[in-house]
Parts: sequence; structure tokens; C-alpha cells
Amino acid sequence: MSSYEIPAIAVKPGSTLIPVRRRLSTRWISVLTLIALVALWWVVTATGMIEPLFLPPPSAVLQKGWLLVTTGYMDSTLWQHLGASLSRIGLGLGFAVLTAVPVGIAIGHNRIARGILDPLIEFYRPIPPLAYLPLIVIWCGIGELSKVLLIYLAIFAPIAIATATGVRTVDPAKLRAAQSLGATRAQLIRHVILPSALPDILTGVRIGLGVGWSTLVAAELIAATSGLGFMVQSAAQFLVTDVVVLGILVIALIAFAMEMGLRALQRKLVPWHGQAH
Amino acid sequence: MALLQLERISAQYPGSPEPVLVDISLSLGPQQLLVALGPSGSGKTSLLNLIAGFVEPSAGRITLDGVPVKGPSAERGVVFQDDALLPWQDVLANVGFGLELAGVSREKREIRAREMLALVDLTGFENRRIWQLSGGQKQRVGLARALAADPRVLLMDEPFGALDAFTREQMQELLLQVWQRTAKPVFLITHDIEEAVFLATDLILLAPNPGQIVERLSLDFGQRYAAGESARAIKSDPRFIETREHVLAKVFSQRSAATRQERA
Repeated sequence: MSSYEIPAIAVKPGSTLIPVRRRLSTRWISVLTLIALVALWWVVTATGMIEPLFLPPPSAVLQKGWLLVTTGYMDSTLWQHLGASLSRIGLGLGFAVLTAVPVGIAIGHNRIARGILDPLIEFYRPIPPLAYLPLIVIWCGIGELSKVLLIYLAIFAPIAIATATGVRTVDPAKLRAAQSLGATRAQLIRHVILPSALPDILTGVRIGLGVGWSTLVAAELIAATSGLGFMVQSAAQFLVTDVVVLGILVIALIAFAMEMGLRALQRKLVPWHGQAH
Repeated sequence: MALLQLERISAQYPGSPEPVLVDISLSLGPQQLLVALGPSGSGKTSLLNLIAGFVEPSAGRITLDGVPVKGPSAERGVVFQDDALLPWQDVLANVGFGLELAGVSREKREIRAREMLALVDLTGFENRRIWQLSGGQKQRVGLARALAADPRVLLMDEPFGALDAFTREQMQELLLQVWQRTAKPVFLITHDIEEAVFLATDLILLAPNPGQIVERLSLDFGQRYAAGESARAIKSDPRFIETREHVLAKVFSQRSAATRQERA
């Protein structure tokens, strides 16, 4: 590496010091990759290299998609399956945030709470949620409750742990500053600890949603009468491959949308995060 | 009558055999700007933490207006070296934070916060975000925030230590102006000899191992600045230079004494 290149790395983008070359942006490279993938899909199916039973052409999947939206599959439209899955994860997430954040604060803030709760969470967290699904089914049946409970448990641990980490890493100078301005213990939590931990909490929610979504779909594959996982599973039993492919694509799209939504939320709620201050 | 009184204070960290501070007595009253100067390890930060109530002394008594100091309180405002501002609030809300904690209405605390921002020369920065400020501006916000809560004494923990030399000079002058206008007793710690000599009405020199007061001086350079003399004229005054060199010699003699002790 020549000595000329070294400072160019340290200089901020947009600076006139770097010779600007017109290049393909990373985003465009990603878009082109996706287009190439779909094109490949179309070529291998249109030329008959792969039979529609194993991989239907993109057009067939799209057509089936329209059919699913308008008339439905297995007594429910795509929207109803989607709605079932989303309401389950929404409920699980809502309860998890409401309980995991206070628990995380308690773990991070209070020695006794940490002693009690930390081992419990660390014990159940590494267990794949599907491993305790049978037990939940025995206890709560195969209704909505067991699925929401499963997701709740899957999301709870990452949020609680991330919150506790955020609470433990609060800048002690900020705490002292608030104390010397007369803050009570409750005010410290409300005005300093909670906002300080918010970036970590949101990261916990992101991780939790990822785990929760994959757990939900897997749970629906096993025991459900509606939902995206159920739709894919029952279509597979009748070898309706286009519905299977479509379901997988929708599941992926939802996961992607949740990730993007949370990143946007992070930018909006914690704009100071990552800023030098 | 002295406002803040430290009587024979000693401090020791739990688990450490050596005390950080031994037998510190001092008082801080109205019109005083007390500077504790010392090299690192001389216990000056510990001294400030004791007065602020963040830690407790192992021996001795600290009183404010005769009442023993127990824990941090809004009576003793602190300005920190690394601003310790809240980045999720704008400048105005940061300055009004102490009043918000005290339950003052939004309207009233904004009026007070604007006054304090004017005092530190930051009018027009009300709605800036903290991360948009320079180091000197952040310290001004920190100072305004501490003053807005109207403390009895103002404690400053190396407030200009992280600033560049030019900004530091400006901030020293600003502090003297604010000190004169608000008439708050100030306790400031620093390791910058020129800063200490320039600002202090009363200077204590701390030496390490264990932290103890080895010199006390009464000075008037800050008051001369407050009376209208220019900072450069004061800092190039032979008497200023003489005082600075005297303090510097004292620091070095303490150091070589400590080295001899270690060798023996």
C-alpha cells in the first residue's frame, strides 16, 4: 500500500481529498444479484431443466399468489394466514416487551434480582423453543395460548438480557450528574437508565423478533390450523409446490420488513446512538 | 461564616491498604473560588467525590452550613470533565433537567434554562442536540445545568481538562465571569498549574502517597480579571509567573522527596 492511500481511509466520505471514482453502489450490486437469481429461476424452469413439481416457474408462483389473495387456500386467504401469524407474534412481542424490560432493569440494577433471575433466564435461554413446545402443548393445549406463550418465551430472554446489559453499561458520570441534581432512585431509572438502555433494548427486540418469527413458523408447521407455517406445511403434504414456495417467500419478506422497520425505529428513537459525544 | 467545611478528612478505598487522602481540612465560603491542584494520584478527584457525596470519608466530617453531608444532593452542583449530558434531550432540556427532577413546571424551567444559557453565552443553542456541540459548548451546557438548579456550592471536576488550549483559556475567563455574577462558591480541581493560579482565590496543593495538602495560597489574579484586567496581561505579570514557578517548584520538590522515600 502506498503512503498516499493511508490518509484516504481516515478521511470522511464526501471529502474532496479522495479522488472520486464513479462506482456501482453496494445497494445496486445487491439489487442486481436478486434480479440475476430470479432470472436463473426463470431459465431453469422455463427450459424444463427442473420439473414444476420440484420448482414451479416464477409466473406460476405469482399466479398462485393472486389466487391465494382472492380465494384462499385451506379455507383461508393469504391475508388470513398472514394475519394469524402476525397477531401471534404481535401478542408475544407485546407481552415480552412489557415484562422483559422491567425484568432486565431489575437484573441490571439490583443485586438480589440478578441473583434470582439471571440463572433462570440463562438456564432456559439456550434451549431451542421447539424442544419445550411439547410440554407447553401438554399444559396449555394446542390453541392460540400455547403458540403465543412459545413466542413470548423465545422473545423474552433476548430482550431481558439486552436490557440488563444496557442498564449495567450506563455511563456512571450521567448517573452521578443526575444524583447531584437531586434525582431519586425512581427518577434515575426513568430519566437516565431507561433512555441509556434504549439502544440495547431495541437491539434485544430485533434479536427477539428474529428468533420469535422462526420459532412461530416452525411451531405452526407442527401444530396449527392457520398461519403461514401451517399453509406451507399442508401445501407440502399435497405437493402443491407453488404454494410452498410462495409461503416461504412471504415468510422471508415479513422477516425482512420487521428487520427494516426496527432499524428505522432505532434511527428515529435513538438518533444519538453511534454519535460521538 | 464558612459555608462548606471539611474537618480532618481521610479516605480509603475498600480493600486498599493505603489511604487516598489523609487529614484534609479546608473551608469554602462566599466569594471564594477554591482550587485543588495536584498531580494524578494526589486524591483530588476523591476529594471532590467526597464533597459531592458520591463516596464517604473513612474519618472526619464534611458539613454544609453546619449540616453533615450525606450522599449527593442538589445543594452541591457538579460539573464533570466529560460533560455527562443526556444526549436524548436537547440543550434546553438538559439545562432544565435539575428543575424537572424537582418538579418545576415546564414553563418555569425553560425560562430559567434560557437565563442560564445566556449566562454561559450559549443563547441560540436551545434546540441543538448534544452531539452537535463542540467540547467547549458541552462544558458550557454542563455549567449552565449545574447553575440552573441553584446549588449552594459548585463543584468542578477538571472541567476544562479535555479541551484544547484556546478553548480552555476562553472557558477559564467565562468561569470567572459566571462566578462573579452568580457569587457561587466554587470548588474546582485541576492538574493545570497556570489554570489553578489564574482562577483561584484560594489554592491548595495536594501531594500524592497519600493525598495530603502541602501548600495553601491566597491569590487575587482571578479577582483582577473580574475587575476588568485582561487575562493576557495578568498571565504575563511577573507576580503571576513568580507564583506559578513557586507552585511548580513545590510540586517537583514533593515529587523528588517521594522518589527519595521510595528508594530508601
